[in-house]
Amino acid sequence: MLWVEHITRVRDEKDTQAFAELFAHFAPRVKGFLMKSGADASLAEECAQDVMAALWHKAHQFDPARASVATWIFTIARNRRIDIMRRQRRPEPEDLGWGPEEEPDQADVLTLQQETEALGAALADLPQAQRELIEKAYFGDLTHSEIAAETGLPLGTIKSRIRLALDRLRHAMK
Amino acid sequence: MGNEIKHHLNDAILMAYAAGSLPEAFNLMVASHLSLCDGCRTRAESFDVLGGEVLEQMDGGNAIDLRADSLETTLALIAGGPVAEPERKMTSCPILPSPLCDYVGGSLEHVRWTPVGMGVKQAILPTSKDASARLLFIPAGTAMPDHGHQGTEMTMVLKGAFQDEDDYFARGDVEIADSDLHHTPVADIHEDCICLAVTDAPLQFDRLIPKIAQRFLRI
Ligand SMILES: [Zn+2]
Ligand SMILES: [Zn+2]
Repeated sequence: MLWVEHITRVRDEKDTQAFAELFAHFAPRVKGFLMKSGADASLAEECAQDVMAALWHKAHQFDPARASVATWIFTIARNRRIDIMRRQRRPEPEDLGWGPEEEPDQADVLTLQQETEALGAALADLPQAQRELIEKAYFGDLTHSEIAAETGLPLGTIKSRIRLALDRLRHAMK
Repeated sequence: MGNEIKHHLNDAILMAYAAGSLPEAFNLMVASHLSLCDGCRTRAESFDVLGGEVLEQMDGGNAIDLRADSLETTLALIAGGPVAEPERKMTSCPILPSPLCDYVGGSLEHVRWTPVGMGVKQAILPTSKDASARLLFIPAGTAMPDHGHQGTEMTMVLKGAFQDEDDYFARGDVEIADSDLHHTPVADIHEDCICLAVTDAPLQFDRLIPKIAQRFLRI
């Protein structure tokens, strides 16, 4: 149950040691994510600190039956990026606040963690060319046409590589 | 809810929603559809999971250095308390899912319609300028002008239904039109039709009168 207990310790005990370990793992990744999205190093550093501080304050909203810690941090970082770098709102679907009503069912938590790990393994196994396009789509803040302009690949090639990558990921999840 | 929806969002749109690279108007479309469609909501969540795994595996985890005092600064930030966030008002009405209620400031009764001719009314929603979102009211049986598309246009039915050369669209159904599609949507005769339409480029109308209408439609 990667990192879930760390979040629980931050939530229940305000455990700075657990937070420091989460920070060491995730803060550099969030900073890298923001830099690949076009932020300069100092803006990315500042935002990464904001994201990690939000993790502390929102720890009570984390629901391990609905998301892995990496997924949750990704959504916080993504929303922060839209807020800071694009100055736009991001409408959310109805009634989709994070937040457990009661203690999550351990079986649900385990299933979700296993599926997340399986998806991670499948992503790591993708052919390099497909994997890079998936990463660009997430980190580069680029539309498919902008990826086409940046990589010089035809738009059709990009769309079909991403489709192939998603097919492989789905297949690996069966 | 959602069981009869036949026309859904595609992977490209859902992935871009998860990645955060869509214009605000398209985010509003996605959030509105996900509010009505459990299937697409689950698919959208799996794209968040993929984003989390991309974050987890990125080489930057090793390559990017933090500032030396990064942790201390963050702990000081935490000690200062949480940043106040605007309260999310989750109102909804039988026709408009809550993301749309949020944009019209209440419910369907709060929509400020502008007539655009032939009984058609519209309300432009306040989004960023890189794309536009509007609600359309089309009286039962009325045809929209025949038109093509320069960019991408997505239309989701909220009430009633419409038919074009391709198919039949009812509540929750999304039609995704690009430059290949040239169509004449007609509202179902049985009921007035209300749609959410978003586009990243002006629509192209074919006839003189619709071109004048286009100026009034501001699209
Ligand atoms: Zn759907
Ligand atoms: Zn159209």
